[in-house]
Amino acid sequence: MTVERLTQPVLITLALVALAVFALISGLDPVLLGASIIIAAQPLLLAAIGEMVVEKSGVLNLGVEGMMIIGAIAGFAFAVESGSPWVGFLGAALAGAALALVFGVLTQVLLSNQVATGLALTLFGLGLAALIGQPYSGLKPPAFGSLDIPGLSDLPVVGPLFLSHDAVVYFALGLVIAVWLFLGRSRPGMILRAVGENHAAAHALGYNVIAIRLAAIAFGGACAGLGGAYLSLVRVPQWNEGMTAGAGWIALAIVVFGAWKPWRVMLGAYLFGGVTILQLNLQAANLTPLWLLAFGLFLFAIWRTLTSRAGPIELLLLWLGTIALGTWSAAYPISIQAQYLSMTPYLVTIIVLVVMSADRLRANQNAPASLGQVFHKSG
Amino acid sequence: MLILERRPAPSRFLQLATPVLALIATMIAGGILFAFLGKNPVEAIRVIFFDPLFDSYSRSEILVKAAPLVLIATGLAMGFRAGIWNIGAEGQFIIGALTGGAVGLAFYGTDGVWLLPLMALAGALGGCAWAMIPAILKIRFNANEILVSLMLVYVATLLLSAMVSGPLRDPDGFNFPESRQFHDSATLPILMAGTRVHMGILVALGVVVAAYVILARHLLGFQIRLYGQAPRAARFAGVRDHILIATCLGISGALAGLAGLFEAAGPVGQLVPALPAGYGFTAIIVAFLGRLNPLGILLAGLVMALTYIGGETAQFSLQIPAAAISVFQGMLLFFLLAVDVLSTYRLRWQGRRAA
Amino acid sequence: MKFVKTLAAVAALALAGPALSDGHEPMKVGFIYVGPVGDFGWSYEHDQGRKAIEEAFGDKVETTYLESVPEGPDAERAIRQLAQSGHDLIFTTSFGYMNPTLKVAEQFPDVKFEHATGFKRADNVSVYSGRFYEGRTVLGHIAGHMTETNTIGYIASFPIPEVVRGINSAYLAAKAVNPDVSFKIVWVNTWFDPAKEADAANALIEQGADVIMQHTDSPAAMTIAEEKGIYAFGQASDMKQFGPNARLSSIIDNWGPYYVARTQAVMDGTWESTDTWDGIKPGLTEIGEFSDKIPAEVQASAQAIIDGIVDGSIHSFTGPIKKQDGSDWLAEGERADDGTLLGMNFYVEGIEGELPN
Repeated sequence: MTVERLTQPVLITLALVALAVFALISGLDPVLLGASIIIAAQPLLLAAIGEMVVEKSGVLNLGVEGMMIIGAIAGFAFAVESGSPWVGFLGAALAGAALALVFGVLTQVLLSNQVATGLALTLFGLGLAALIGQPYSGLKPPAFGSLDIPGLSDLPVVGPLFLSHDAVVYFALGLVIAVWLFLGRSRPGMILRAVGENHAAAHALGYNVIAIRLAAIAFGGACAGLGGAYLSLVRVPQWNEGMTAGAGWIALAIVVFGAWKPWRVMLGAYLFGGVTILQLNLQAANLTPLWLLAFGLFLFAIWRTLTSRAGPIELLLLWLGTIALGTWSAAYPISIQAQYLSMTPYLVTIIVLVVMSADRLRANQNAPASLGQVFHKSG
Repeated sequence: MLILERRPAPSRFLQLATPVLALIATMIAGGILFAFLGKNPVEAIRVIFFDPLFDSYSRSEILVKAAPLVLIATGLAMGFRAGIWNIGAEGQFIIGALTGGAVGLAFYGTDGVWLLPLMALAGALGGCAWAMIPAILKIRFNANEILVSLMLVYVATLLLSAMVSGPLRDPDGFNFPESRQFHDSATLPILMAGTRVHMGILVALGVVVAAYVILARHLLGFQIRLYGQAPRAARFAGVRDHILIATCLGISGALAGLAGLFEAAGPVGQLVPALPAGYGFTAIIVAFLGRLNPLGILLAGLVMALTYIGGETAQFSLQIPAAAISVFQGMLLFFLLAVDVLSTYRLRWQGRRAA
Repeated sequence: MKFVKTLAAVAALALAGPALSDGHEPMKVGFIYVGPVGDFGWSYEHDQGRKAIEEAFGDKVETTYLESVPEGPDAERAIRQLAQSGHDLIFTTSFGYMNPTLKVAEQFPDVKFEHATGFKRADNVSVYSGRFYEGRTVLGHIAGHMTETNTIGYIASFPIPEVVRGINSAYLAAKAVNPDVSFKIVWVNTWFDPAKEADAANALIEQGADVIMQHTDSPAAMTIAEEKGIYAFGQASDMKQFGPNARLSSIIDNWGPYYVARTQAVMDGTWESTDTWDGIKPGLTEIGEFSDKIPAEVQASAQAIIDGIVDGSIHSFTGPIKKQDGSDWLAEGERADDGTLLGMNFYVEGIEGELPN
């Protein structure tokens, strides 16, 4: 365990360095790539960190997509009407929380099934957003500039990568830290986790399970709303019906991918954003996706080597395989239908999910035990 | 304050009365919504809920629309009862259409009554195999089946798109991404001339009856219910959870795959990228609205189909935007889910107790 | 410009057409759209065409539309509901409606159907589409002139002939004026996903593209181009409001005149099943106003190409052209026939990367 703890940051750093080297030899600019990935990851990160808190309180809300799209239109509408993107983000958070509370009341007070209610929430949210959004298609939102710090933002590499983003990027980072501190270090956070672990026991201790869960659900909705608004105000920026295009579902996957830990959720959001962006960039740079596969194998080989769990034969095979695949993809660039490329993020999630869950002890440590179960005082 | 108190047994009367209550509430709320959009609310509600019932073609289309929903939801309900959450029925639906459809295309132009059953078998097996992925990953690696099955929906959608623009593409179709149209022996027989009511609807009805019998009478039904309520007790009673997980996911996958094939070989008549119309997701809601009971699911599927057909009619006859229709459907679901509580719990007024 | 043209066409037809308002029931014209009418791309332009009909015929027609109709199993019912409710002429405006349209048409022999972008006809089913590749020749010409990095980014949807044709014609036109030009092509595998299209635009810009072309429906790439200070072209719709500085020109699908003409034909009883593939000349494919960012001489040469296409002296695919693998396709002076164009599944020589197939 201790070896793993030590190697984790080392591994991530190594992976990043490897990614940068890979990008460089492929003719991609790692700095620009990094900046794009950060933007692509924001909606996912915001929605996922919110959903993580919800799930930590023992509630599974599958309506993330619906809350995101409501946030996207509410943010857009408030920003256009007020002329200020800040008002837009605020409005998006409120709208997301309001919609989430519909789910909250249904599942917590009226004890409806969470899976079905979450799906209905998505259906309702998509429709409502489209309805509200009709007068807003074709408009331009007020610009939401990046926070350029004079002098610092112009630094090479560090500047464009870390110091010239918009306020939401820093806010999201702050949110991750805040959630991390809240869940791990604060008393209310412990109570929230207790509610998620065993609601009957938490209730017996005198905590108001329903109120705590409602608060978590509203927080999750607000975060999803912000994530949606980031799409319509920054990443695209415009309003289109159905513009979230499945991002809410990915956010749900990221929570599990991140094993309900804030930093891992953040890593997951960046990985997802990264695969999406990389996939497009590889095409633009005219590279075959086999490269990506070879690269993945390369990272896996490093991981197996460093965690020193694998036998020498496995390591030898892994490294030989990596080299062979790398050489092959360099020598015979073959084209693959775009659809297979688009599958990669989903397949990667499944693989990561499996690798992570395979270690039963570690996976179960963090999964909230009462996730998705109906709570009623009479038991 | 008002509190909920669990009834000793669900109220029979309210189980039947609550959906009606929800419908009335939806009509009122929906009416307000339509009035707000400047439409005549009474007319809108009439068009959505009643007109389709009095038009023979709309009635037949309700059956066409309800069949895949009921078929999938029946399979899902078994798993849900056991606490196994297959929410990737949409993916299994697609793979079923793909494998079954591929068989039909492989025997293109071949006559024979054996072809359709073979396609149905291939579709069911395909869906089942796709559902086995989350099953095996859950059994072997303890991976969460909700997420694996959900991720596989996207993979399946892309696979369908790749297949119809690759190996299964119509050779005479100018490279457009769609397969040939199935020939006559590979197309489901139509039961009523001039409509799209196909053989698959009868199969769906048969499956409902079979599922009802299994859940109520068969040992498997007992094991499923027991496992869902008390997994530990179930293990003591001899339920082997690996087998149960595989069975539940396998059955729901097979039924979803069958539904997919019926959709491809029935109303659509070919493989197209747009084949999945969200049935797999809607069926989850249908399963819950039907209270995970096959007969309830049959009814819920029909009501759901009614709102789709009526919604389309309202869209073109009253020019109500499509978005308003889905808001309306969302409200209906919320109300149905909300009032459901009344049949298992009763409302009681009670003074505040000291905590 | 577009509206003026439409109005002119409308006015001409309205004047030419015989008076019909003698107490008849208004003729009913129905439309099926694949997206929402507010997509500012494909469905939006079809709806503009519908409005052109209303404008031209006033209360002699009644138009109806169903929006966001998925191309799957629900399409047939939607079309049939229009047919059953007394519509005389029905436009189904997406490729995926082809077989459903034919099925319904068989059951309603008295109703006239018009299917966009398909290839199957029947006695009461016409097909129609635009030669949008002609427009791409013009845009490719402008792009070849305007790029400074010699890199043009192209956001493509699906590798169907329609899209491949567009890439080839744009590339040939750009190459003709700029031998150093190279195309970076990203397949996003969707017609409409603003976030993905925006990401693709960013990826292309990072790869050095300073002019973006697109064959997807949302204005996301235009918005990104505006933000990054590079150039782009409107697709299907003008999209000027999304990139006042970035937009150089656009391909506008101008369905209005065709829709008005077909409605008129049904009124007159002269409607026949036809196969229409109209380009710039009949006005179905329209080139949006040139931006003043384009130097005057380039505007002039682009206009010359438009004129050449109109008078028939220029064809987008005129030999000598080789295929990507180096094999001969068109000999010197030879023009591509429609059959090859309709089934085009290869890149022309010089385009890098392999066509996903």
